[in-house]
Amino acid sequence: MSLAPQASAPPASTSQPLIVLDKVCKSFGSHEVLHDIDLTVDRGEVVVVIGPSGSGKSTLCRCINRMEVASSGSITLDGVPLPQEGRALARLRAQVGMVFQSFNLFSHRNVLDNVTLAPIKVRGIPRKQAEATARELLDRVGIGDKADQLPAQLSGGQQQRAAIARALAMEPKVMLFDEPTSALDPEMINEVLDVMRELAASGMTMVVVTHEMGFARTVANRVVFMDGGRIVETAPPEEFFANPKSERARDFLGKVLSH
Amino acid sequence: MNVVLDNLDVFGSGLWTTLKLTALSFLLALGIGVVVATARVSPAAPLRAAGLAYVETVRNTPPLVLLFLFVYGLPKTGVKYSLFISAVLVLGGYTGAFVAEALRSGISAVPIGQAEAARSLGLTFTKTLRYVVLPQAFRTVIPPLGALLSALVRNTSLAAPIGVLELTARAGQLNTTDPNPVWIYLAAAAAYMVVTLPLGAVTRLVERRVAVAR
Ligand SMILES: Nc1ncnc2c1ncn2[C@@H]1O[C@H](COP(=O)(O)OP(=O)(O)OP(=O)(O)O)[C@@H](O)[C@H]1O
Ligand SMILES: [Mg+2]
Repeated sequence: MSLAPQASAPPASTSQPLIVLDKVCKSFGSHEVLHDIDLTVDRGEVVVVIGPSGSGKSTLCRCINRMEVASSGSITLDGVPLPQEGRALARLRAQVGMVFQSFNLFSHRNVLDNVTLAPIKVRGIPRKQAEATARELLDRVGIGDKADQLPAQLSGGQQQRAAIARALAMEPKVMLFDEPTSALDPEMINEVLDVMRELAASGMTMVVVTHEMGFARTVANRVVFMDGGRIVETAPPEEFFANPKSERARDFLGKVLSH
Repeated sequence: MNVVLDNLDVFGSGLWTTLKLTALSFLLALGIGVVVATARVSPAAPLRAAGLAYVETVRNTPPLVLLFLFVYGLPKTGVKYSLFISAVLVLGGYTGAFVAEALRSGISAVPIGQAEAARSLGLTFTKTLRYVVLPQAFRTVIPPLGALLSALVRNTSLAAPIGVLELTARAGQLNTTDPNPVWIYLAAAAAYMVVTLPLGAVTRLVERRVAVAR
């Protein structure tokens, strides 16, 4: 126990978890999609979410940046409850990067503009500086030579890497990935996973919904298994894959690992 | 025939007023269209209702009645604009409702993922519309906007009865001093066509220009 002054400001930067979901429920109409979700994500942690189709993985992801509004329960990011709406919510979203299955690059803008749009229009960074940062990021994800191309001129893997660069340009505290490789041809999956591995190694906090079990095994700090809107099991990957505790997880793994 | 050739300057000045009326009204219509379309897709229910009310009011009222109301009715409340400005405001406001509806359909044709990506990056609702959704929506609505512009050119003739000296009013004036309705109004019709016919070609050109590879 040191006598050094404890961080008195609330976002105590290291000890406190980055994301805390407490009894989060979400219904669409009468259909309950998330039920009493408790989940804590620490700084620098990589949490991989797996589970059968319709189990609520995307919805969970989308609740974290309030693209979906939880029906009840609480979600805090860096100690701060998610704002209701308006500018405060936009500011929150700027701190949470999101990567979509379908890339969703802005189709009317070239790759460089895709990456610089939010830094310029949201954070007010001068264009020159934003472009310099964007070019570094594009180099980092390996598509520095595509800066002037339109999204439609890129392969799926390149588009997804551009989308990752776009999210990183906002210097987010956490990155959410919702099946980032599910829309890709098999030969392009690895180029995207490699970028994500590198990102994880750099210390980025990540929540990743994926069916890539290899990625989960090697990169995840923790695997969260969902079924029917509940977190059924959560464990370190070696433990989870070696001996899943629940029947449903065993079932699921049997199905995905057998092909 | 001579009545036309002898008075080309009269037709010219009428046509010039028609063109000014069209240009200013269309600019206003685009502005109103963007604002009303934004309201129509806004997350705020009162704004959506206001947008809908505007569109439905305008679409269900004859524009000439709106013009009369504006020119003869409004001054009773102490507000008075010149005839030309009144015509611009009413024609712009009228066309604006249709522009708004065209834009709204253009907005819904933009894949939802575009707006989601923008919002996930921290863009507010209005910035998302402005920088991501509207630029893409405009591309899909060039043909309907061209049609609205063409209709507006013809609708400017509605300003004649309130006394704006545009093309139709000039033709009417000429016809009272030198009655020859067949030639005079044929010439007026031809002058409108000279403006509207090339619009179709221009629209197609613009459409090709902005339709980039997807
Ligand atoms: N906007 C919505 N309106 C109504 N129901 C929805 C909506 N979004 C999702 N759902 C329902 O919620 C449930 C969970 O959906 P979700 O997309 O979170 O599942 P998932 O685990 O991501 O599935 P997948 O692996 O297929 O992506 C599904 O039954 C789905 O039909
Ligand atoms: Mg999903």
